[in-house]
Formats: sequence, C-alpha cells, structure tokens
Amino acid sequence: MELISHLSIGFEQALSIQNLLYCFIGVLIGTLVGVLPGLGPVATIAMLLPITFTLPPTAALIMLAGIYYGAQYGGSTTAILLNLPGEASSVVTAIDGHQLARQGKAGLALFTAAVGSFFAGTVATFLIAGFAPPLAEVALKFGAPEYFSLMVLGLAASVALAHGSLLKAIAMVVLGLLLSTVGQDLYTGAPRFTYGMIQLSDGVDFVAVAMGIFGIGEIIRNLENEATRRAVTSRVRDLIPSALEVRAIVAPILRGTALGCALGILPGGGAVLGSFAAYSVERRISKQPERFGRGAIEGVAAPESANNAGAQTSFIPMLTLGVPSNPVMALMVGALLIHGIVPGPNLLGERPQFFWGVIASMWVGNAMLLILNLPLIAIWVRLMTIPYRVLYPCIVAVCCIGVYSLNNNPFDVFVMAAFGVLGYVLIKLDCEPAPLLLGFVIGRLIEEYLRRAMLLSRGDPFVFVNFHERPISAALMVIAIAALVVVCIPAIGRKRGEAFRQ
Amino acid sequence: MHGVSVMPAFIRNPKDFCCGLLLLAIAALFAVGLLDLPLGSAFRMGPGYFPLVLTLLLAGLGAAILVNGLRRHGEPIGPIPWRGILLITLPIVFFGVTLKGFGLMPSLSIAVLASTFAAREWSPLVALTTTAALVAGCVAIFVYALGLPLSLYGPWVGGY
Repeated sequence: MELISHLSIGFEQALSIQNLLYCFIGVLIGTLVGVLPGLGPVATIAMLLPITFTLPPTAALIMLAGIYYGAQYGGSTTAILLNLPGEASSVVTAIDGHQLARQGKAGLALFTAAVGSFFAGTVATFLIAGFAPPLAEVALKFGAPEYFSLMVLGLAASVALAHGSLLKAIAMVVLGLLLSTVGQDLYTGAPRFTYGMIQLSDGVDFVAVAMGIFGIGEIIRNLENEATRRAVTSRVRDLIPSALEVRAIVAPILRGTALGCALGILPGGGAVLGSFAAYSVERRISKQPERFGRGAIEGVAAPESANNAGAQTSFIPMLTLGVPSNPVMALMVGALLIHGIVPGPNLLGERPQFFWGVIASMWVGNAMLLILNLPLIAIWVRLMTIPYRVLYPCIVAVCCIGVYSLNNNPFDVFVMAAFGVLGYVLIKLDCEPAPLLLGFVIGRLIEEYLRRAMLLSRGDPFVFVNFHERPISAALMVIAIAALVVVCIPAIGRKRGEAFRQ
Repeated sequence: MHGVSVMPAFIRNPKDFCCGLLLLAIAALFAVGLLDLPLGSAFRMGPGYFPLVLTLLLAGLGAAILVNGLRRHGEPIGPIPWRGILLITLPIVFFGVTLKGFGLMPSLSIAVLASTFAAREWSPLVALTTTAALVAGCVAIFVYALGLPLSLYGPWVGGY
C-alpha cells in the first residue's frame, strides 16, 4: 500500500501541466535521436544539459530521462525499416526486424517493438518504485569502503561488458580515472596536472568530454563511411496484429522484460546488454532456431522489451546509490549536481516529490511514446531519410553553443575538440570509449572514498575484503573480481583455439 | 590502402601497437606532472598517491598492449581521414577563438559552413541552405527562446 501512496505523490507531480510538457519534449527528442543515426542519447543529453540548468530540477530530469528511453523506441524504427540501428541497443532488432519488413510485415514488427517496449516500461516503473526504497535503506548503512567497492564493481562491470580486448577496456577505465584527477586535489587543494594552465585548475568539464567523444568523435567516424539510406517501405500497413501473432509475442515480451530489468539494475548495465542477452536467450530456447535471422518475431519482441526495461531500471543504482552505471546516468548525475541535488540514499527521504515524480513520469512518457510511435510512424519514416551531411553540421553547431554556454568559457570548446579527436582515435584503435567516460565520472568519488577508507583503516588495504568487519564491501569486491574472471575465460578459450590451429 | 606500407614488418598488429604507444605517451605526460606532487602514505594519501597508482597501471597496460601488437597478427589501421578530422575540429576551434570577438552570427556561420566541407559528397546548395537554416534556428532557439547570454555581433565587427 505504501507503493500506491508513493506513486500517487509521483503522479501528482508528473501530471502537472509543466512536467507533462517537458516529458513530451523529452520523449519527442528521444524518438528523434533514436530515428536519426549517428546521434546517440549520450551526445544529445550532453548537448541539452546546459538548457536544463534553467528548468526546475524535476522537469529537467523528467526531460532527460524521456530522451534516454525515448531513444530506445526510435532506434527500433530505423532498425526495422532501414536495417540501420539508430541506437546500439537496437542492433539485434535489425536482424529479424528488417527481414520482417522485407516480407511486408513491417507493421507487425513496429507494433511488436512499441507494445513490447511499453509493457517493459510499465513493469520497470513499478520495479523501480518497489526496489528503490529498500535499496536506499541498505545504502544508508554504507561507509566509505562499501562505496569504494561498489564503484569498483561498476567499473569492473563496464569492462566486462565492453566489446573486444579486455586489456584495452581496463586501460580505458584507468585513463578515465586518471583524467578525472586533473585539477585541484580535494583534500589539500594542490593543483594537479595543470601544467601551468589556470583553466585546468577546475579540472576537465565532463560534459565537454562527453560531447567531444560521443558527439564530435562520432561525426568524424561516421563521415568515414557515409552511406545513402533508403527506407524499405514508404508506407506501413497492418499495424494491428492477428490473434495468432499476438500469441507468438506474449512470452518473448515477458522474458525480455524480466531479463532487461535484471541486467539494467547491474552496475555497468543498461539498455544495450539486455537486448543482446534477450536475443540470444530467445534463439536458444526456440524450437525452430533456424527461423532467427529470417524474420522471427520473437527476435524483435524480446530485445525491444529488454532494452527499454534496461534503460529504465538503470536509474535504480543512480537514484538510490548515487553511482552511475553507464555514461547516460553519469550525465544525469551531473545534471542533478548542478541543481544542488545529490543522488544517493538520502534523496528519497529528502526529496520524495522529486524522486517519485521522475519515476511516475517514466510511465507517462512510455504511454506518450506508444502514441507517438504507432499512429505517427509515417512522420518518423520521412525523417529517417535526412542525409547525414545535413545532420552533422547541426550536431557541430549545437555542441559548440552547448559546451560554450556551460561556463561561458571558450576553453571548454577546445577541450571538446581535443576529446573529439581522442575519441575518434580510440575507436579507430578498437578501444571502446564508454568505460573511459564512466571512469572519468566516477574518478573523483572513487578517490575520495578510497582516501577516506584508508584513513579509517589506518592504511590497511584489506579493509575492502574483510568479511568479518565489512561483509557488504567484501561481497561487492568478490562479485567484481568474479565478473572479470568470467570475461577472461572465453578469451583463454579463444587463445587456446588459435594455438590449436597453428 | 596507403596506411599499411608505413608500418614496419615487425609490427604484426598495428592497432594494438599504436594503442600501446598512445597509452604509454599519456602515462609519460602524467608522470611528468607527478614529479612535484607529494605522495603521502597509504594511511594518509597525498595528492600524488592515487594518480601515481593509476599512471603505473596505465603504463603497464600500455606496455602489455604494445607487446601484443608485436606478437599477434591483426588488421591494418587503414587511411587516416584527415579531411574529416581537420574540417570538423578546426571550425570548432575557430568558433571557440572568435565567438567573443565576432559574436554568434559570423562565428557560427563560418564554423558551420567550413564543417560542411568535411562531407565527401559536398554540394554548395546543400551547404549554404543548411548553414543559413541552422544559424537562424540556433539564434532563434538559444538566443531568443532560451535567452543564453550570447551577443549576435561582437566588437570585432562593430557590435558590442
């Protein structure tokens, strides 16, 4: 019953005219971002961050959250109609979704994606409402060692989930952490790594870093392989599926939702992981696995439900623990800190209206997205064919103005340009930039908690893994190490395979 | 692919080799900065302690990746898209340098127009219309609707 009273506080907030409007703007921009390739939610949220400074905090976060989960809806539309995933999280949707579209069943695929996402969004909203308060209560007992271990777990998870080389992913996290130490030292005020530049004494602005890597760096990469795009079907018919088709999608949507929710809560998780996991689960349990890749509707239903569920449940660690689990959440933390709100276990008690308002708005936003995406699909289809050479100058312009207006300082513009080049170089060298950004954002916190924990333990590094005194911290550390070990195993296997062939 | 021939034969995986070099170079840069930072002890960490650990880690990882580049075969890096890199970043730097002097209108127009040249299939009509519409849109949204404190014409062109 507590749940209902909490949610009613939330809906009261979320249904105010102002918040409805910002929720709508958020999901509209989100869908747009999802539809337009080469522009992801990280870059968009970074670009729009300066705009939200003038809004009240609840409206600001409602809008930013709307962009994130709205992008999951929009991304599936391009994946199905163009075989071009608008977002990383809809990569697997493109496999079967596009086959369905070529068979003239684009309507069914789009309907499935939208309804699956909506169902998953609804479940995830209630899950956050039920899960957040007990988690926040546990977190209230956390001391410095627990927080340190939790962040190590988050970083370990982001390494484990990165594609490609494990060494490179760890190196990216370390580089991110190292970059965060630039600027004044928290305890002594000593300038670190400023190399005589006064502008660096406040450190490197993380919005400039995010815009550089995910906005500018992406543009340089996309310009390398420009492609003209054509929609498969200019008209989408038969949106309403038959009873038989409905039966086929119910179970995959349920499984996808469950998987997405679970993986979204994990530190380092989010939308992308859930969709990949859901697709492989569906293929594994299917009686006719050969249908996958040739237009299996389960291959659309499960990952689309999972990515939306994951996008939303990844708010849980951010709101209750104050630990961002992916770059999008890192930007949200940044947005909140600017408004003077510190996300963490105290948030729920101190600002219940904000907390529940944001959660309730997610359900409202999902309902809006259902309307935006099904009847209005024709409009989005037309937007999809915007050529990239028109799109990227817009991204450049908005990034420039956005990053400048952060502090009204041209130095941030230069930082963005530099990180644009760095981001491109890293992608080119097969290094994923997401762990770097996560390390960068967590860096200051992790150092602070490390130093505090070491003061508490009088310099004993075993404080983090002492099962008697710090069971939670020790458990988190064990999970972190286990995550890395598990990832190592297939790498060992592959190496063995190579040796065998030689 | 002219990017291939530049690499000497002992580098089997150019991507790993270059990645290792890059990380080592960054670690070296931080090592220089570490010289004048007090380390403290594990009990009372000074400002240099945490960065020192990270710098050592980064150097170690960089070296390991570099060695990987010598041992295992891998794909070539491919040609470097100088056109894209220069025509995207230089306009941004130009914007940063001139915004206060020129004001938003001239500075943004030149930067955006220059960046349109980065596309391979460049067409003057698309470039000019995109720039014009974009600058008008940015001024409408950022200056008039959101009220960001940006002057349209700066002192260098007779504004304020």
